[in-house]
Parts: sequence; structure tokens; C-alpha cells
Amino acid sequence: MSERDKILGRIREALTVPAPMPGHPPGPAQTAKLGHATSGVRQWLPAVGETFEDRLALFRANATELKAAFHLVADRDELGLRLRELSKAEGWARIATHGDELTLFARATLDLPFSGTDAPYDVQLLEKCDAGITACDALIAQTGSVLVTGRSAGGRALSVLPPHHVVIARREQLLPDLPAAFDLLKQKYAPDYPAFISFITGPSRTGDIERILVLGAHGPKKLTIFCL
Amino acid sequence: MNTFAAQFRKQSLRLTRDLRHRLLIQTALGKYETQRDQRKAAFQDWQSARQAAAEIKWDAINHLDTHLRDFVSRIEARGTVVHWASTAAQARDIILGIVRDSKARSIIKSKAMTAEEIHLNDALEKAGFEVVESDLGEFIVQLRHEPPYHIVFPAMHLTRGEISELFTRELGSAPTSSPEELTMIARRALRKKYLTADVGITGANFAIAETGMISITENEGNARLTAALPRVMISLLGIEKILPRLADLALFLPMLATAGAGQALTCYNSLYGGPRQPGESDGPEQFHVVLLDNRRTELLADAEQRDALHCIRCGACLNVCPIFRNVGGHTYGTTYSGPIGSVITPHLRGLQDWKHLSSASSLCGACTEACPVKIDLHHHLLQNRRNSVAQKPARLEKLAYKLFAFVINRPWLYALAKKFARVCQPLHSLVKGKRIDPAYGWTQSRDLPNLASRSFKEWWKDRK
Amino acid sequence: MRITLFIPCFVDLVHPQVAISMVQILERLGHTVECPRELACCGQPAFNSGYWDESRAIAVNVLSRLRDAEAVVVASGSCGAMLKVFYPELFAKTPHLDAAKSLSTRTWEFSDFLVTRLGVSDVGARFPARVTFHYGCHGLRELGIKQPPRVLLSKVRDIQLLEMKEAETCCGFGGAFAAKFPMISTAMGEVKCASAAETGAEYIVSNDSSCLMHIQGLLSRQGKSVKTIHLAEILARQ
Repeated sequence: MSERDKILGRIREALTVPAPMPGHPPGPAQTAKLGHATSGVRQWLPAVGETFEDRLALFRANATELKAAFHLVADRDELGLRLRELSKAEGWARIATHGDELTLFARATLDLPFSGTDAPYDVQLLEKCDAGITACDALIAQTGSVLVTGRSAGGRALSVLPPHHVVIARREQLLPDLPAAFDLLKQKYAPDYPAFISFITGPSRTGDIERILVLGAHGPKKLTIFCL
Repeated sequence: MNTFAAQFRKQSLRLTRDLRHRLLIQTALGKYETQRDQRKAAFQDWQSARQAAAEIKWDAINHLDTHLRDFVSRIEARGTVVHWASTAAQARDIILGIVRDSKARSIIKSKAMTAEEIHLNDALEKAGFEVVESDLGEFIVQLRHEPPYHIVFPAMHLTRGEISELFTRELGSAPTSSPEELTMIARRALRKKYLTADVGITGANFAIAETGMISITENEGNARLTAALPRVMISLLGIEKILPRLADLALFLPMLATAGAGQALTCYNSLYGGPRQPGESDGPEQFHVVLLDNRRTELLADAEQRDALHCIRCGACLNVCPIFRNVGGHTYGTTYSGPIGSVITPHLRGLQDWKHLSSASSLCGACTEACPVKIDLHHHLLQNRRNSVAQKPARLEKLAYKLFAFVINRPWLYALAKKFARVCQPLHSLVKGKRIDPAYGWTQSRDLPNLASRSFKEWWKDRK
Repeated sequence: MRITLFIPCFVDLVHPQVAISMVQILERLGHTVECPRELACCGQPAFNSGYWDESRAIAVNVLSRLRDAEAVVVASGSCGAMLKVFYPELFAKTPHLDAAKSLSTRTWEFSDFLVTRLGVSDVGARFPARVTFHYGCHGLRELGIKQPPRVLLSKVRDIQLLEMKEAETCCGFGGAFAAKFPMISTAMGEVKCASAAETGAEYIVSNDSSCLMHIQGLLSRQGKSVKTIHLAEILARQ
């Protein structure tokens, strides 16, 4: 008998004795009711406002509090201008990006030596890049988060290894809350989900030393989000 | 008294007298409480969220076999190799086997309490492999050859000065009192390790049955790097980490962040469903998931305490526990400290050896109040006491309670005992506070109250 | 109403004034009070230490004596929790379960009885002093009693109620815990006393005298001038 069978056997044996439901008087399980346990989630999580403007303002406020930079840009021209300004201010010598339409635009406008992560790449070269520029799946107003996957953002390392992560998002990608983000993932990818999905909420940080906030622990020290 | 209990007492005595340490912990946890209260207040309905989280975990654990089978079949479908370990020894052997087969030389690790539980690093190092902890707090305590102090904040007990000295000694870095500079020292030291490690070992916060993914929550990005760069990835997790649906995370991720660290959401919440898939440009060539039992099925079989397996390892109960705040995490002498540790350790490591943790509590209930998934923590401590007594009562204590019941059930005898106590009281002041004082447990640090010259019952009787 | 007072042994022996105050307050409100001689302990010490058989030996007498009591009022939150919350646990799977559940519905902690059951918040008390309130954990978390003591204190004339940061933090008594783990119990008590001292209060008041016994013991040993007093004693002063 394999360990798998042994463990599953022990579990089945253990579960022959029912355990009471939490917050309910002891009694038979009300399995049917569980289905809507999460239907109220939206009503319990922090409020997100009704309109697009409210949500945009909320995202901006959250991102700022997290020490991420958020810029709303009117069009490609403005995006290009801001990218070049940022590159100059930060002194970028080499960037990394992937083959999304917006990130290719960014690469062209910056006109710097680059690493691409659409096909297997040299990690040592990626490590030397000053910035990793990616697209994303969504911006989440409720938490100030950026949702990326390996497919939408050039793999696993691009958005976490270079010390500055730049996200180029579109207005339509702004979602109100986490439940909406999980709905999106399901609609967009199920059943063939990417092997890597991540919710990024601000630049990398740690409070491990005397609970004092320090940015850039291992992941990017800076996170800049452009929203077109 | 067994050695674990004796150690606990010795450490408690030392730490409760260490006012500097007590102040450090109270200050850190005071800050946490302020942030947590803010985040809780931002929820529109925190209590309903708790109830829902409790119900979802009830579903997860009370249908564990079904959910585990679903999780495994779905994650295997994407090329993940799933291993099942009944014991800590099996888990260590499985991981050692994978590491050897991959001809690895260096291993990078992100935070995993389960790995602490099975003493994985020790086993890997003895087998000749270099294991580097990448989480800053874990990196620090690894350099100090210490276990983590707290399940979420491993280095909570250290000041920046102590960390600076440590880095100077072990890494040769210049002394500094800036937390930022200290973090950058660690960042630089670890960066090379990420790029050259052959194997990355992680834990997991949740295992999603519906989609066959593991979920890892962190602030630093070290787990993401551990899961991105090495060619072999191994994730070790307890079987109880199951959540039924992907969308359950919409509730659990913010609750974990709020209760655990006073954050709206932790910096990186990542889902991993397999090794590098066809068409993907990076990620491990091999992805192994090791499912650990290690007596969790015994806890599962205790229907009264089964909900202790709902734990999401947020650490909130540790943070609010007045015992934890005064003795600190190392005093518990075992992987899982605080209230949850006191509840589950008797099940995972033996009731008679670890019952003292359940006794070292005033049963104040702050833990149960704080738990985001409504585990009945303080009542479980009471149940552990009952169970350990039923198994092996302390004869003198049992006799004392029998005697007490005998006296108190007989009003005439109780009245007599009162008179006797009044006679003894002046004698007691001769030995009060000294070793031979029978009430030394109390009087070593406190005054005993005086018996009233007329008890209430006597007043009531006289009144008629 | 005929009220049966349950006076635990430490109130009987050490703080009789607490029980006397309760009698005075209830009689002033026009109720008849009885204090059965047979009731001296709820059985909590044995229960908390895991000796449930020995606890039942005491509790079964309590159950039978209170079978016909209309309203049982308890002097402390910890004994109140024992009768109201833990007796059904203790007697689960025994023939006494129904009796325990019935008793539960008729049992009240003192401040909860006044405010919730009788609807009384002003008992005509006067206590000109600075006080700070300590919540006994059993009353607060097992019985959910948070507002009643505050409501009662707010109506006391000339009182000044100050808030301490650690009002809801355990004082460290915990019954046998105080004697089994005295160093931890003392450390917790020190945190409580320091928090109370910060407020500048003259009195620490609580609805649980076992907590006060422990806090007072610490304060006396340390030679501090802050005094402890039970809520009932304040409410009885006029």
C-alpha cells in the first residue's frame, strides 16, 4: 500500500466522526449551505466605490501608500515621454521586457540595450538589467495590486529580478476588487491556467528588522505603474 | 516533570525577568496591533468574513480526502511530481532523494515552517548540501544557528545592533545601525545564491483543490525568485493547507494579511501550478510537491479539536497572547509556538510530553477572539488538560481536588476549615514568601490577602 | 423577584464586602435575596486543571440546589462563566445535561443582571475618585459582558473613569495558573499594573474579585498606593 493510500485511508477513517460547524450549534453538517459561503465576500471586504473614477482614485491612493509610483497617461505619446523621462532620471543602461504590444512600444521608445524573456534567456544578463517592463492582466483598486501571470508578463523572473519593475496597463484593466480579479482569471484562462500567477502589491518590502519598513528586500525596490 | 516542561519553566523564569526583552516584544506587537486594527476597520464586515472563512476551512478539512485527490490529480496533469510523506523522516528522505538525483550543489530556500517542523535544513547539511535561507528573518536566525522566534517574524527578538554585529561577524560587512543598509547587505549576499542555486525549496500557504495550484504569500520576493530561477523546485506542505476553490483566496489572502501583519494584502501572493510549461520561457524544469502528514491525521481524528487544522498560520494568536508577549517564541521549545502551538503540539509530538504548554495559559481567550478562522483555541487548551489528566492524572493533585470537594460539599466542614484557616493565618506570616511556605507559588511575588475577620456566610447568618 | 446569590469561596473568605454590597444593592431595588449555605464553590479549579470528575462532584450539588432558583446572580465573571458556559460542557453525555442547560438560562453575572435583566443602570451610587476599569477575561470573552459595567459606572456620581491601554488584557490570574506558573502570572500582572498606573487612577475596579486579589497582591508587595475595588462595592456607596 502506497503512502498515498495510507494517508487517504487515515483521513477517511478520521472523518467518519463528524465535527461541528463553526459558529453553529453541534449537529449534522449543512453542506448545501456552504456553496454560498463566499457569495457575500464583496460585502465584507473593504469598500471600493461605485464609479470608475472612484476606483481609479482608490487605486492611486493605495498604490501611493504602498510607495509605488502611479501615472495616468493620456496616450502613447505621453507614455513614451514619461518612459524616456524615467529612464533618464533613473540612469537606465539596460532594460528587459517581453513581447506584448505595449512593452514592445516601450522598448522601441527607450532605445536601450535589452534582454527579452519570451524564449529561454540568460539569467546573468537579466540580472544586469536596471528595469523589467511588463504588461499585466489587471489593476485591482481595492488593494492597489497588479495582477500578472507568466503568460501576460513575460515569465516568472522578469517582474521580480530587475530592481525596478515597470507595468504598462490599460484603463479597461482596472478591476474593483479581488473577487473580480479571480473571476477574470477564470474567464481568461480556465481550464488551461498559466503555471505562474501573481498579485503584486507594491515594491518588495520587509519588516523583519525591528518591524521597520524597508523597501527592496529581494524583489524590486521600485514599482512604477503607467495606466494608458 | 519531563525535560520539555522543565526547559519551558527554566526559560520562562529567565525571559519574564528580562525586562529589556519583554519591552522589545511588547513594542513590536503594539505596533502590529495598531496596524491590524486599522485594517480590520477597513473591512465592511470583519465578523462575517471570519464566519465565512471558518466555514470554508470546515469544508476543506471535513472533506480533505476528496479535495486532496482533486488537488493532486490537477497539479499532476501539468507535470508536477507529487510525493506523499506519512512521517517527517519520509519527507526528509524524499527531499534528499530529489536533491541527490538532480546533482544539486546549492539549495536556496524560502520560508517554510513545515521544513522547520521536520528539521530539513539539518538533514540536508549533514548530507553535504549548502542550504541558504532567503527570507531576511530566516537568513538572520540561520546565521545565529537559532530556530525562528515567531512563525511570521523569525527575527522579532533582535535589535538592529545585534543584527549588525551578526552580519559583521558572519559576512564581513561594515557595522551599521540602519535597517535599510542591513537589508541591502542581505540582499546583495543572497542575490548571487538565487542565480546559482540548483534547487529551490518553498513552503506553501494554501493548496487549491479546484485548479491544482499552491499559493505562496510573502513580502520580500524571495519565494518568487526561489520558484523562478533554480532548475528544480520542491514545495513542502502539510495536508491541511487545502482550500476548495481558487476564488476562496479572495477572502483568505486579505484576511491572512490583516490578521498576520496588519497589511491590506501581502506584497506577493503567487500561485504555482506546475513546472515550466511548453511555450514558457522560465521556471523550474522539475516541480515536486511533498505532502506531509506527520500526525496531522491524528489531530483530524479528534473531532473535538479538528478545527485546529483550519489554521492558516497567520500568527495572530501569538501576537495577542499575553503569555507569548512575556516569555517569547523560543521559550516554547518547539516549532509552533503561541496558542496554536500549545494546542497542536501535544497531538503532533505527544500529549504527556507537551501538556505543560496547555497548562501555561490563563485561558483568557484573546487567541480565540483574534483567530481569523474562528478556531476554538482556548477551549482546546482546556480539553488538552482534561485529556492529559484522563490519560495520566497527577495523584497528589487529584487527591487534593477530591479532598477539596469533600470539604466544600459539607457546609459544617467548610465552616470548620475556615476557623482553622484563621488560626493558621498568623503562623503563615512566619513562612510567607520563603521556600517552605506551602503557598510559595503565590507568595514569592505577591502578598496573600488576609482572611476577613467575618466571612460573608457568617455575616449572613448573624443577620438573621 | 427572589434572587439566589452564588458567593464563591474567595469572596466569602477574603472579600465579603463584595457580597455584602451586592445584597444591599439588590435589596434597595426591592428584591428578596437568598444565600444558600450549601453553595460555596462552582467547581472551576478542578475543571480548569482537567480533573472533571472531581469538578462534577462539586457541580452536581450546585445543580441540585439551584434547580428551582428563579434567578441566580454570581459575584464574579469566572464563576458565572463556569455555571453558564462550562456546566453544559462538564455535564455533556451525563443525565444532568438538561439541568445544566436550564441553569445556564437562569444565571447572570452581577453587572449583567442589573443592566440587561433588570434594566437598571442608576443605583444611586456616589464614589468621588479616579478609577480605571479592568475586564475579567471570563466575563468579557466567555460571557460577552462589555457594556454593563461601563453603563453602571457612568451613572455613579462624582466618579472619574479613566481608560487604561491594557484594560482588556489578561491580568495573569487564571486560577491555578497563578500558582503553577507564577513567573508568567506575575509578569502579566506587572503589565496590567503599569498600564493602570499610567492613567493616574486611584482605584482599579473590576467585576471579578479573583483578578483583583491577584492585582492587589502584586500592588501590595510592590508597595504601590493604587487600590483595588470591586464594581459592587462602588455601586453600594452612597
